Amino acid sequence: MNKNIPEQRTAFTIRKAPIVLGLFFLGLLLIGIAIDEPSHVLEQAKQICLNCIGIG
Amino acid sequence: MEAIRKWVQVMAGFLMNGAWTFPWTKNIYRGPMKVLCAPGLNCYSCPAATTYCPLGALQHLLASVRLNIAAGQYYLGWYVTGSIGLLGVFFGRMICGWACPFGFFQELLHKIPSRKFAIPEALRYLKFAILLIFVIILPLLAVDEFGLGNPWFCKYICPVGTIEAGIPLLILQPSLRETIGFLFFNKFVIMTGFILWAIIASRPFCRVACPLGAFYALFSKVQAVKLKLEKSKCTNCKACHQVCPMGVKFNESPDHTECITCLACMHRACKFDAISIEICGVPLTSARGKHLVPLKKNG
Repeated sequence: MNKNIPEQRTAFTIRKAPIVLGLFFLGLLLIGIAIDEPSHVLEQAKQICLNCIGIG
Repeated sequence: MEAIRKWVQVMAGFLMNGAWTFPWTKNIYRGPMKVLCAPGLNCYSCPAATTYCPLGALQHLLASVRLNIAAGQYYLGWYVTGSIGLLGVFFGRMICGWACPFGFFQELLHKIPSRKFAIPEALRYLKFAILLIFVIILPLLAVDEFGLGNPWFCKYICPVGTIEAGIPLLILQPSLRETIGFLFFNKFVIMTGFILWAIIASRPFCRVACPLGAFYALFSKVQAVKLKLEKSKCTNCKACHQVCPMGVKFNESPDHTECITCLACMHRACKFDAISIEICGVPLTSARGKHLVPLKKNG
């Protein structure tokens, strides 16, 4: 191997904050699923909210 | 890279608005995919929308929170906040740059030849106030005698609702035309204002008024996918200032809340390899496209 090839490997530190926060929001998501919030959201999303789009 | 980003924007727009049966049904899509969260600002009353708008859903949940609790249903926005929180933690405002249909629309408008103007830096704080007041506080607290609130941001401000839902539904359902009044004209003026502003300034709605962008901006310091500045390589040439569509001076504030990770600074500006992209601290690639092979610390 040619030892003159520049070293491209680098050291790094894994940031834990996004993983911890990700788990927190995953927890919120699972709580929502557990209490059946998605079906409520789905029912809302199926309706046209006329006020919301400036009609009515 | 810019071409790839444009393709991703187009694909994201089609995925969020892929229900093309509306010319025949004259109505919005009502299928099961609407249980999925749209990552960008995309009105779920748009006839082609396949996903729900997190801001619209959150406002509706907060507006009806008293009635829901009285009925024993503790729908406080867990699912919606969890969805956009996960998106925010991983991508932050990269979503604005890569997956928001209205952001893409503004970019196209800005290509119209005209004299271009900057947006005052102080105006960017307005979107945080809009998020707090119009998306959270007013829907939650300004309620009628039945305890029901209103989706204030959707009702009085959101230009996406007018352009994606209001106008198309008025075309599809002529009977609705008799019901338009102050609300519609107010939102029409706001929509027109932002469209004209987007021609002469870059992404004005994203920078000044978008509450979803404001929410994602809260994760700018901790988001998993982010740009990294290697200060030892930065020559302070300020080339990155010139190309940023959001007016960010990247080498002065790499964690800026306005950075949409469009990669323009990395690919089009920096000639010194000082900007790279990383996920949770793991470098992916440098400006020159060198794929770095990660080593363990002290490895």
